[in-house]
Amino acid sequence: MNSALGINSIRFILLLLVQVIVCSHINFLGYINPYIYIIFIFLFPIREERLILLITSFLLGILVDMFLDSGGVHAAASVLLAYARPIFLKTSFGMLYEHQSIKFSNTELGSLITYITLGTLTHHLILFSLEVFNISSILLILKKTLFSSIFTIILCILIIILFSRNKK
Amino acid sequence: MQQIINFVIKNKTFLLFLFLFSIGLALTIQSHSYHRSKFINSANALSGGVYGTVNSIDKYFDLEQENEILAEENRRLREQLFNSLNSKSNTIIDTLISKENYRITTADVYKNSYSLTNNHLTINKGKNDSIKQDFGVITSKGIVGIINNTSKNYATVLSILSKKSRINAKLKHSNHIGSLTWNGKSPEFVQLIDVSKFAPVKVGDTIVTGGQSSIFPKGINIGSIESFETDISGDTYTIQVKLFNDMTNIGTIYILENRDRNEILKLQSSSNE
Repeated sequence: MNSALGINSIRFILLLLVQVIVCSHINFLGYINPYIYIIFIFLFPIREERLILLITSFLLGILVDMFLDSGGVHAAASVLLAYARPIFLKTSFGMLYEHQSIKFSNTELGSLITYITLGTLTHHLILFSLEVFNISSILLILKKTLFSSIFTIILCILIIILFSRNKK
Repeated sequence: MQQIINFVIKNKTFLLFLFLFSIGLALTIQSHSYHRSKFINSANALSGGVYGTVNSIDKYFDLEQENEILAEENRRLREQLFNSLNSKSNTIIDTLISKENYRITTADVYKNSYSLTNNHLTINKGKNDSIKQDFGVITSKGIVGIINNTSKNYATVLSILSKKSRINAKLKHSNHIGSLTWNGKSPEFVQLIDVSKFAPVKVGDTIVTGGQSSIFPKGINIGSIESFETDISGDTYTIQVKLFNDMTNIGTIYILENRDRNEILKLQSSSNE
């Protein structure tokens, strides 16, 4: 329990710092940035209370918002992702999730990719809709969502694989 | 009563989600409707400190570019100085009448963004350096934005790359004015709208600040005309302006305080009544 708490706190701080110092300033092709801090929400222990996940996701989002001067868009998107997480877990892992026996370090790569993709697309769609906040720019929203999601998904999967192999 | 408590306990996850999500939503709406984000902004000790540490390492990487910009500015200022010495050497300036209207402060940029729809910069001067809201921010090449929020040691700047910003601008060779806006697409171009169709617009002409806003003095460079088209109504031009500033690469900025701003605002509000 204590080690899980420690790992998650370190992950929280590290992801926040990497996000605001490095990832938000990449601006690939002018506007494409990955938002890797959502790895924290993806990898949060499943057996923990969902209320704690909601509160920590909100905190993480609002801190990112503070650094990026973006109002409350990251907070809203992260909370929604945290709330919808069980749905994504069920669709991508199926039985494993029912028995609460998922270990992200040794699941099938296919299921992991489905899980991350569903979550990232949802998060980014909410994020950019709120950021642009104008229904007439729907094309801009979709374009930003698509390209940033691709970037985020690739980075998230690489980071998860890289760090889970390390522990063995 | 029992039922209400049961309901709350049963749906506690959903209720908490709803609560937190609406806080996020409220902050978002607030940041879109006012011209400053009141509660959550990067002008505070925590984010300012982190950005400061990063910047102290980061700025060594573009020292060379920074030097070039300074050398270029030096050259221009020297040119101006010599020219003014030659032309004004015979006139006597009455020191009682001429006074300095603008106080200039320099600051380092700690954070710059240009890929969002409303972009902000964070700089390392704040209330302690008597920086207040609505001061203008420029570089040696052109304008950057307007001071938005201040804390003790830091301030945020609402960049001209923002859908919220409206800056008064004019053509350099005539007095036709318009407002400077951004369509959120490219950080190289901004749009000058509401320019009268009688204005002599030509591709390549320079756009400067108009001096009507009491934030920027008249005649600070903004950019050059890239292309222009008539509005749907047919009465005004919409002009694409290519910025002189590279908004993606800003290291040092100047903050302008108009000492007469309060006087001007007071006068304007009293004549509006």
